[in-house]
Amino acid sequence: MKIMVAIKRVVDYAVKIRVKADRTGVETQNVKMSMNPFCEIAIEEALRIKEAGLASEVVAVSMGPAQCVDTLRTGLAMGADRGIHVEATAPLYPLSVAKLLKALIEVEKPGLLLLGKQAIDDDCNQTGQMVAGLLNWPQGTFASKVVIDKEKQAVTVDREVDGGLETLCLDLPAVITTDLRLNQPRYATLPNIMKAKSKPIKKFTPQELNVDVKPDLEVVEVTEPPKRKAGVVLSSVDELIDKLKNEAHVI
Amino acid sequence: ASTLVLAEHDGGSINAASVSAIAAAGSLSKDSSISVLLAGSGPSLQEAAEHAASCHPSISQVLVADSDTFTNPLAEPWAQLVQLVQQRNGYSHVIAASGSFGKNILPRAAALLDVSPVTDVVAISESRQFVRPIYAGNALCTVRYTGADPCMLTIRSTSFPVTSKSAESTSNKSPITQVDLSSFGGDSIGKSRYVKQTSQEAERPDLANARVVVTGGRGLKSAENFKMIEKLAAKLGAAVGATRAAVDAGFVPNDLQVGQTGKIVAPELYMAFGVSGAIQHLAGIRDSKVIVAVNKDADAPIFKVADYGLVGDLFEVIPELVEKLPESK
Repeated sequence: MKIMVAIKRVVDYAVKIRVKADRTGVETQNVKMSMNPFCEIAIEEALRIKEAGLASEVVAVSMGPAQCVDTLRTGLAMGADRGIHVEATAPLYPLSVAKLLKALIEVEKPGLLLLGKQAIDDDCNQTGQMVAGLLNWPQGTFASKVVIDKEKQAVTVDREVDGGLETLCLDLPAVITTDLRLNQPRYATLPNIMKAKSKPIKKFTPQELNVDVKPDLEVVEVTEPPKRKAGVVLSSVDELIDKLKNEAHVI
Repeated sequence: ASTLVLAEHDGGSINAASVSAIAAAGSLSKDSSISVLLAGSGPSLQEAAEHAASCHPSISQVLVADSDTFTNPLAEPWAQLVQLVQQRNGYSHVIAASGSFGKNILPRAAALLDVSPVTDVVAISESRQFVRPIYAGNALCTVRYTGADPCMLTIRSTSFPVTSKSAESTSNKSPITQVDLSSFGGDSIGKSRYVKQTSQEAERPDLANARVVVTGGRGLKSAENFKMIEKLAAKLGAAVGATRAAVDAGFVPNDLQVGQTGKIVAPELYMAFGVSGAIQHLAGIRDSKVIVAVNKDADAPIFKVADYGLVGDLFEVIPELVEKLPESK
């Protein structure tokens, strides 16, 4: 079985983002970019499945500008076998990404598609569900445990749902999106970083995949959220309880 | 305009987040008709439909899909049900609350309908223009949907509160219609099977929806000490949260992590003990109504966002709070 993992290049999770003065978006020039943390978890899971002898190959896919190749190299350094880069300069919304993934899946025919449950930039939390819908594949979103049954060609997924865990059994091929608890991603070692440089990355354009990526959404503006006003520093527990009771009315 | 609300039900009534979605549907346009869609099987579904029919005055009808296929809310049949009902009735909008139910189902249904959904909406500015947080709430993005009908969205239920007044006006009971499922079926049904649901400690509220959240950070120093946080939470009827530092140090499992890559919370009261206030953590709590911070470091960044700060030793403050706080109702 082949596993495909979709990964996204985003502003690093530790960067304090700045909204552009003209309100068109968030500043991404000269800002540290990294692989979306949930996508790292997806790559890690794919590698563990392969290391357990349940998959033969891990293919990492990223979409967007030329620099996505750096993100793919990170995935290859973690251990993915090869990369696919769909080059697009205009912003891609999840519906387009899902259509592009579907087109790639029809070529690559993986038995499992792994994605992060959401990207920490747009926080959409849509792509996995959408590509599963387009492919008519079953989906296991927000996974915190994945167990593959090779014989039955099925996968058991524990999902983090409101207030608990839900367990589903999905026929393969399937789409799984990863939650935080699934695993702890590895760091790439220096030898693996060197090795990753020679791993192949294939390039596609949306046109070559026959996908129309014309958006049906437009960003009107991006603004800063209202600032929290500086609060007061109290001197005792009694004063705190009094404020919570009589000023904030929350207890 | 006509809106379809996807509602989640449990134990014979529709849940509070779904009522918020109905409230949000009502604010899309003044003369919109609202249909509520419920799916499930058996008596508890019909009971939930009765409840839905009188839970909000702006509902025009309740649609019920009763079939064993829907006994558990699996995304595959649900998304196809939404597609079927949409193709029959041509709604202008489809809405769900942005809990794990809506987040799982609505984007899949949107893909079947070739629509870009707008998820996690916190404000509706026009019938096709919405505000949603991006970068874990560190920026707000206003987006407009420019595609064909339906416009599909999930709403953050804390942003669309249901006034007790509107929820109580039960005199007006809307009609209940069974969805004709004779032509229902498809490729993806049966490919996913429900196995079980494991509830977390039921006595404690769910972190993402709790009214009060008590969080501990690295300052707690050990898993043993972290029990103080649990004791205080029990007293307040609160959910327990933790920072990434506390999770990484092994004090608590990482499903309690609050922050950009953990859970985003927006409770009425957020109390942070021994939390320095890293930006990733602050990103996950910024929509809380009241933030209380207790830390012995007066320069900790958490004090810049806290409504009430107390500079002090949490090992003294927490026991005192446990002793002096009133029992939660």
